[in-house]
Formats: sequence, structure tokens, C-alpha cells
Amino acid sequence: MNSIIQYFKEIIQGVGSLLKGMQVTNRYFFSPGKIVTQKYPENRKDLKMFERFKGEVVMPHNEKNEHKCTGCGICEINCPNGTIEVISKSIVTEDGKKKRVIDKHIYRLGMCTFCALCVKTCPSNALAFSQEFEHAVFNRALLIKTLNKPGSQLMKGVE
Amino acid sequence: MEEIVKEVVIGEQEEYIINMGPQHPSTHGVLRLVVSLKGEIVKNIEPHIGYIHRGIEKMCESITYPQIIHLTDRMDYLSAMMNNEAVCLAVEKGLEVEIPDRIKVIRTIMSELSRIQSHQLFWASYGMDMGGQTCFFYGLRDREKILDIFEETTGGRMIVSYSCPGGLMYDIHPNFQKRVKDFIKYFRGVLWEYDAILSGNVIFRERTIGIGTLTLEDAVSYGITGPSGRASGFACDIRKQEPYSAYDRVKFNEVLYTQGDTYHRYLARIEEMRESMNIIDQLIDNIPEGPYFVKMKPVIKLPEGEYFQRVETARGELDVFIISDGNKNPYRVKFRSPNFVNLGVLNHISKDFKIADLIAIAGSLDFVIPDIDR
Repeated sequence: MNSIIQYFKEIIQGVGSLLKGMQVTNRYFFSPGKIVTQKYPENRKDLKMFERFKGEVVMPHNEKNEHKCTGCGICEINCPNGTIEVISKSIVTEDGKKKRVIDKHIYRLGMCTFCALCVKTCPSNALAFSQEFEHAVFNRALLIKTLNKPGSQLMKGVE
Repeated sequence: MEEIVKEVVIGEQEEYIINMGPQHPSTHGVLRLVVSLKGEIVKNIEPHIGYIHRGIEKMCESITYPQIIHLTDRMDYLSAMMNNEAVCLAVEKGLEVEIPDRIKVIRTIMSELSRIQSHQLFWASYGMDMGGQTCFFYGLRDREKILDIFEETTGGRMIVSYSCPGGLMYDIHPNFQKRVKDFIKYFRGVLWEYDAILSGNVIFRERTIGIGTLTLEDAVSYGITGPSGRASGFACDIRKQEPYSAYDRVKFNEVLYTQGDTYHRYLARIEEMRESMNIIDQLIDNIPEGPYFVKMKPVIKLPEGEYFQRVETARGELDVFIISDGNKNPYRVKFRSPNFVNLGVLNHISKDFKIADLIAIAGSLDFVIPDIDR
């Protein structure tokens, strides 16, 4: 007899526990204001990432097409897996001196692990992270980027 | 010469051998379990690992100390903050630098936040393994708030690379304290839902109570640490045993149970979330002023010798052992990862249970496969 009472007691308790869980889900079902889901592709226009978000490494240029990279190669040394390659060339300045400047600052987005060591260690703050996060491309070669824009020059006053 | 390849028979003839994984949804990664079954009863489990082996320890030998940090993110990706901290503490120990209080407190808060988000994901995915789809949505909804805090301060959500030898990569964001306080207030208000949906659920309790019991003796001899070990009564919390960072100045309880079954391994994690919130409460209002970074030499060279550091990650004890020969690269780095050791006990505790219980037991040990393989 006792076992039969126990049996029905367990059933009632079990149904009770299920209803308790259902209460929580029903509460959200009837108050859609609490739902936090973002509709991603639709809200693309006003979607703003945090300012420190590590999207991809970029080299900021000013309006005169000048950057701060001196071509010292510290970012290349600090990169753990060879994502960055700095190719420099020597030019003759107006006053007849030879000077080394960057020819190409190559950044391989497909290899980057976003450890931020290049941005952190750059002595002239030439590199920064952009908030761009939609990196998908159809051709793998497009992931190899040249960060300095064509025709760009070293900013005045940066050594 | 013709080579004779012998067929390896793992179990006895009447046993039925199936592969669980490497692409099984409830192993949460590429773990392959070769399960010998007698009918529905599990007789033997042979874990096959190495599907995501990247050779992190070997890679560490060819890169400098600051560069090691970003690899440790990728071991146990849910405890990235603690993994970073472990290497940093070992390197700082070798260099004998004094770390300011501000860095210690921020590291502790970050560690506890990542412990909470790791246990939230455990709750979410464990609920889904046990057949409750709702858990996954609710768990991830709350976890997103912590990931936003991480993203605002560190720039990364899971792959944070936040600690570096000598301090932190960035100072905390001005919004950090307000956001953390908001989160704690919010999460205290919704944690009862976790219990209402899953902990008290009759189906869940029937499937977990008394299943996969691990005794204290076995927990000690197999070296099971973290919430899984503490559910068996093994007081193995490194935060209590060997306090590092700011853990010596906070009061918290070590969550201990004596039952050691699947349900209490689950319950230990729910309770740890509450304890982590207590720790954050004590620290968040009094973060000391000061620098967030100690100026180091451009090339960090550890003096010749051996350096060892233990930290408590969300899954147990992570040990870092560095041998240096005085160069800028370590001579050898060894990680004692908690998941690899915890996997060893799976065969022992799930023997003679049904195959459906194996999902419950393996889920309650909370494996992160990249940490097993490294």
C-alpha cells in the first residue's frame, strides 16, 4: 500500500517540477519585451562594435595620404606566426640623403590570430584595429592585404 | 615481404563496439570514444584523442614569452583568462617583478567572470545534452552579457589575450565597473531560473542522481580536480590551497559535496557561479589605482631555471612548467591541463551504466577538447 502512495506522490511531484519549469518559459513567451535577440543581417546599418574590438589590422592614413609607419619591422618581429611582412626600399630625399622607407606592409588576414602584439609594440602607433568583422571573401588571395595605400608617404615629424 | 596486419579485438567476442564521435554532438568537439557494449550496458570505454592536436607545447619552444600568451587562449577557450594568467604568473615569478595590486585585482575579477561564463555554457550545453533545448537559449543569453564585458575591455570575446608578462594588455574600460555591477545584479535575479528549469526537473534528476558515482579515494588517485573533484569531497581548489593574484584577500567558500554523482558535479558548478559573484562583489568597488603595466625589457629573457605555477581554471587545476636556458625562448613548456586528466576517469565511472548515461556522465565532466589535445 505504501509503495502505491509513494508511486502517485512521485508522479505528482514530477508533474509539479515540470510545471515549475514551464512557468519560466511561459513568462518569457507572454512578455516578448524581455527577448534580447538581435536580428543580425537586418540591423547591419546601425550595428556598432566596441571601439577596442579586434576586427583586422589597418594602417590609419590622414587626409594627405600620409601614414606613420617608419618600416622598422618591430611588428614583423613580434608577430608570432609571420602574418606581417614589411618590405622596405631606400629612396633619396630632397637634401640628397639616403633613407629607408616602407615599400609594402603586407598583412595576411587569413593567418592573423588577433593577439594585438603588433599594434601594442609599434613605437610610432602606426597600426590600429578596425571594427570591421565581415571578412568572408570568395578568393583566398584577397586575404593578403597591403596596408599602406598606393602613393602614401611617411607623416612629417615621425621618425 | 608481406606484412600481416593483425586485427585488434578490443573487447570480448560477444561485445558490440561502437564509435561515439569524433563528430558526435554531445562530445562538444572532436573526441572519439570507442565504447564496448554488452546489450545496452557500457563495458569499456577507450578514448581516442588527438584530432585537434596542434602541438602547442612544442610551438611554445620557438616563440618568445609574450607570444606564448595567444596560444594559451586556444587551449581551454572557455577559461582563456586563467590560462593567460598562469603563463604570466610563471614568467613574472622567474623575473621576480613586483606586480601592482591593480593588476592582481583586475586579473582576479576577469578570472571569476570567465569562470561564470564557462559554467553558464556548461549549464546551457548540458541541458541540451539531456534533452532540454530551452537551457541552451537561456544560458547563452546570460553568457552574452559577460562576453560583451570582455569585448569592451579586451577587444576579444573568447580569444582575449588579456594578461601579458608584466601586467595587462589594456587598462579596463571606463564602463567596466558599471557593466560588471549591472551584470551581477541581473544574474542574481535570473539564477533561480536555472534551478527551476533544470535542477529541479524530474526527468533530469532521474537521469543524474546516483549515476556515475566517483568516490573520494578514486577522485584523489585519478587526480580529478575542479568542480568534478570537489563534488566527490576532494578539497582541491588552488584558490584556497595556494592563493595567487588577489585570492588571498577575498572570502569565499569552497563548494564541496560528498556524494560525487553526476547530479552533484552539476550542482557544484551552479554553486560556484554564486561564489564567483561573491568574489567579484568584494573586489569590484575597490580596484586600486595605479599602472596597469610594469615596464619590461623589450626582449624578455628568463634566467636559467625551472618555473612552476598552478592556477584554478573553470575545469580544474592548470599547471604551467617552464624550463628556461636563459634565452628569449623557453627550453621546454609543459601544461598540465585539467581536461586531459579528467578524461582518464571516464572509463572508471561509466562502467556498467547504460549508454544513455554515458552522455550524462561525460557531459558532467565538462570536457573542452582542445584542452585535452593541446
